Amino acid sequence: MTVLESAPGTRTIKVDALARVEGEGALYVRVRNGVVRDVKFRIFEPPRFFEALLQGRPYSDAPDITARICGICPVAYLMGASLAMEEALGVEVPDTIRRIRRLMYCGEWIESHVLHAYLLHAPDFMGFEDALQIARVHPGVVERALELKKLGNRILEVIGGRAVHPVNTKVGGFYKAPRKAEVRGLAEPLKRAVDDSLATIRLFAGLEFPAFEYDYTFVALHHPEDYAIERGRLVSNRGLDIPVSAFEDHFDEEHVKHSNALHGVLKDGSGPYMTGPLARYALNHDQLSPLAREAAAEAGLGRVVRNPFQSILVRAVETLYACEEALKLAEAYEEPAPPSAPVTVRAGSGTGCTEAPRGICWHRYDLDAEGRILTARIVPPTAQNQKQIERDLWGVVAANLDLPDDQLKWRCEQAIRNYDPCISCATHFLTLTVERE
Amino acid sequence: MSPAWSGTLVLGIGNRLRSDDGVGPRVADRLAAAGVAAAEHSGEGAGLMAAWEGAERVVLVDATRSGAAPGTLVRLDATAQALPRDLLRCSSHLFGVAEAVETARALNRLPPVLIVYGIEGGRFDFGESLTPAVAAAAGEAARRIAGELGVVLTPEPGPA
Repeated sequence: MTVLESAPGTRTIKVDALARVEGEGALYVRVRNGVVRDVKFRIFEPPRFFEALLQGRPYSDAPDITARICGICPVAYLMGASLAMEEALGVEVPDTIRRIRRLMYCGEWIESHVLHAYLLHAPDFMGFEDALQIARVHPGVVERALELKKLGNRILEVIGGRAVHPVNTKVGGFYKAPRKAEVRGLAEPLKRAVDDSLATIRLFAGLEFPAFEYDYTFVALHHPEDYAIERGRLVSNRGLDIPVSAFEDHFDEEHVKHSNALHGVLKDGSGPYMTGPLARYALNHDQLSPLAREAAAEAGLGRVVRNPFQSILVRAVETLYACEEALKLAEAYEEPAPPSAPVTVRAGSGTGCTEAPRGICWHRYDLDAEGRILTARIVPPTAQNQKQIERDLWGVVAANLDLPDDQLKWRCEQAIRNYDPCISCATHFLTLTVERE
Repeated sequence: MSPAWSGTLVLGIGNRLRSDDGVGPRVADRLAAAGVAAAEHSGEGAGLMAAWEGAERVVLVDATRSGAAPGTLVRLDATAQALPRDLLRCSSHLFGVAEAVETARALNRLPPVLIVYGIEGGRFDFGESLTPAVAAAAGEAARRIAGELGVVLTPEPGPA
């Protein structure tokens, strides 16, 4: 952070890298006479034109190519693209295969939530600069995080063939059925992970959460049978209840000058919305496991959480749920034969949406009669949250104007990390500028 | 008799699609072709600590962004000294290589021998090729690591 020379009464702070965020972005804050005048959360990671890259390629390329958008949440892209192609081609995927996908997705939730909550976000609350400082003072905490994360990776390896960018999935299911002995072998470490997740919730419950609330429009998938991850309808706390295929009728993306990522808004004019852990928790609370609900209540969380800083705690609750759910799925696992549903090529259009760790990730594809991609559209979660992140920052800055610049900067970064933003998904460094006049 | 490099793991860190950031994986390719246990890694810190578990001697090869001339090669003995945190800043996630090494040191999870080769990159934008100075340094790094491990490198394929 540099404090620049400036006119009397004006303070300008420039920070050249916001650490612990995936991708390249910047934050600009202008304060005049004690009033917040402007907040811009910029993403300058160049757009990567994945949609254009997909045009003319076979339908079967989409899951693996789009998975390259992110090294942290590749499963979200594999699944979203596969679901969309299956809808376009009229492929019926049996429930046995859906359950393996859900198990793999639990692995991604565990891995991603643990990485973010423990190693990237927790230091903000504990007054440390990074996870290394936590490791020096509380080695057991970091050991626990690494064990949990390793198990998430292990699930991806067993199901998907490798931990980053799994290679065993395809439109219709899997190339090879994961081995029963290996999948059942996940049960024992998952039982330990349930205990470790409970310990995580208790640890994070003791953190101090900055006072801030927002009356969010929450958007998440909802399914009557379980805490929605890989299927369901899109619902909100304002009465929205639509099939995934109707997303474009209700949601828009605005281009704003200051960012390379599009801003998600509702078409009804109500403005930004939030997707991710707080939205899922609010909309699907009753579908969490009894243990997860109980642990959440003990940690002091209500049925709806409107303080975004408590997202770290909600991620811990979701990690517990993902461990329990993965345990259930692993214990009941039988190798499906065949491991994938047959696919017949035809012209068509399809949409797919799943709950990436950081929120809903939506895909649409149009195919020609040979199954080649005519058009593609991907709406990742961080783009959808971007406008809401700015709204939060307006509030957080206004509520903390009395803080000196370095602490205000810290609080802003912490507020951005509430969203576990994957900026490279949405379009590695965040620059923060605060101007006080 | 097990080969001289037995128990050694070479990890080439970086992203092949971001120009000179791909230098680590390319050095790993050269050593793998000579039979050394060598793999590509994204540089995500927690995964890196898991990847080197059980290895006796680990060699990390990563692109650096320190402001030195592109192609500048540095060798650090991370077993003996802390890694300068500003050197390895090229991983896409910021719980990266330097954080992983220092966190592992705090948790007594460092391999018995950990050597880090850093190669200064010139370009980190989209692209699959190395700049000439970095490509030359990649060859030099592969030869030096092979020398340390007592391995003979297979000749590099010439330009097509």
